[in-house]
Amino acid sequence: MDRLLLKVENVHKAFDGVKALNDVSVDIRHREVVGMIGPNGAGKTTLFNVLTGFLAADQGTATLRGQNILRKPPHVIAETGIARTFQRLRLIRHLTVLDNILLWRRGQPGERMVNVFFRWRASAKKEAENRGAARSLLADVGLSEKTNDPADNLSYGQQKLLSLACCLASGAELLLLDEPVAGIAPEMIEHILSIIEGLPARGRSVMLIEHNLDAVARVCSRVVFMDSGAKVCEGTPQEVRNDPRVIEAYID
Amino acid sequence: MTYIAHILVMASIFSTIAVSLNLTAGHSGLISVCQAAFFAVGAYSTAILTTAHGWPWEASVCAGACVAIAVSLCVGRVALRLGQQTFVLATFALQMIMFHVLQNWSDVTGGALGIPGVPMASAVGLQASPGLPALLLAGSAAVFAVLCVSHITRTPYGRVLRGIREDEPLMQSACKNTLRFKLNVFVLSAVFASISGSIYASYAGYVDPSSFTIHDSIFMLAIVIIGGTGSTRGAVLGAVVLVGFPEALRFVGMSSSVAANVRQLLYGVLLVGCMLWRPQGLLGKYPMCE
Repeated sequence: MDRLLLKVENVHKAFDGVKALNDVSVDIRHREVVGMIGPNGAGKTTLFNVLTGFLAADQGTATLRGQNILRKPPHVIAETGIARTFQRLRLIRHLTVLDNILLWRRGQPGERMVNVFFRWRASAKKEAENRGAARSLLADVGLSEKTNDPADNLSYGQQKLLSLACCLASGAELLLLDEPVAGIAPEMIEHILSIIEGLPARGRSVMLIEHNLDAVARVCSRVVFMDSGAKVCEGTPQEVRNDPRVIEAYID
Repeated sequence: MTYIAHILVMASIFSTIAVSLNLTAGHSGLISVCQAAFFAVGAYSTAILTTAHGWPWEASVCAGACVAIAVSLCVGRVALRLGQQTFVLATFALQMIMFHVLQNWSDVTGGALGIPGVPMASAVGLQASPGLPALLLAGSAAVFAVLCVSHITRTPYGRVLRGIREDEPLMQSACKNTLRFKLNVFVLSAVFASISGSIYASYAGYVDPSSFTIHDSIFMLAIVIIGGTGSTRGAVLGAVVLVGFPEALRFVGMSSSVAANVRQLLYGVLLVGCMLWRPQGLLGKYPMCE
């Protein structure tokens, strides 16, 4: 088994008495795709928000490669190697597809004011490199033709694909994907799932929230079922699907 | 000729401010109504240091810029953590505080009477006397601001600013320390406003608090909004239109006391008109509010 990447232990988060997360513990190993399933309001997205710094946990710990990530500003957590997508699709819609990808590349000297004025040659060189890398990433995911279109002009499925590509561009080791295939056409679902399937081979780990159980069964090696803010069970997709508590929650 | 040069000098001074304010208000979506306060910092630094302490003009410009950096850093570090609407209020507070300091700290600022007899700007033995020399000075400041801002917007830095304008949390997820970016442009626009203030003080030869009110801050913001948010050319055009247009009222036979009121009316009409029919301004790229 591969080494441990993310360790979440006993995380609690309450909103005015409503326990959104109640003693949640999850481990993600290196090169593992883990699915998070559960009814609406189970706390899956809240867990993502806590892990990426958009919400502060009330209690508990979470470490990435042994480094604490809780209660830090989102950009600091992102820097440690986590990238996420949002349930409500978020892109910089006025900017081109290429610019959206470039925004996510890390270590850009041109993003410091000092370099903008005093080391612009070095910044421009790095920017050219980044553009090259962004173009080949777009070719990889099949968005080459849209490189210079504003992100707003893409279809919904292509926008979902682009937001996944943005996470890949960041070079983050752990991707938190919030419903990456919800509400899109079957061919695009197939395409996005095949990209996610290939991620472990590229050294990435994934935590995936998804309601589409077939999709989860296909790409995830392990599934965590959550309900009312607590982890109910976890195991292989088949085990979780046959668990009576899961069946009950989905049938109710 | 001197009259036209005067209008162009004023248009250049306001262009410098508007172009740099566009970096915050236009590109990054940070609406601030304290630009006149930073304008005042430059103007009063030059007025006080050149008259009471005999400093050379260039030194007073640098001193003004340093004060503007210090003030904008202190205010920005706190205010930029707040939400957008609260940020507007915080800048409004700074503007009001600055005005009342100028008005009431009479020993230093001359109070409501202001400071007369500010010497003309001079550097390397050349004097920026009213007319062409003053226009050259104010014009080169405006050109410098345009070059700086257009350079920034073309770099990855400018790309992040546009990202912050549209979706700040997303930019945080993409490892951007958005507070640092916002603080940088806030300070930069304060410095440009301060430099413009120094040029203005030495050009007018006289400063008093009435040139640095909340109305002046709103005027500067109106230039950006009407000219076009996110567009450098738009900011320059806005400055020329808003500075030049009231002057045109003189030629239709309006007395200056009436013209002053008509001017206020005009801003209102222009702003409402923009909101209704052209929310992105004359040459702008993004609507101010979505």
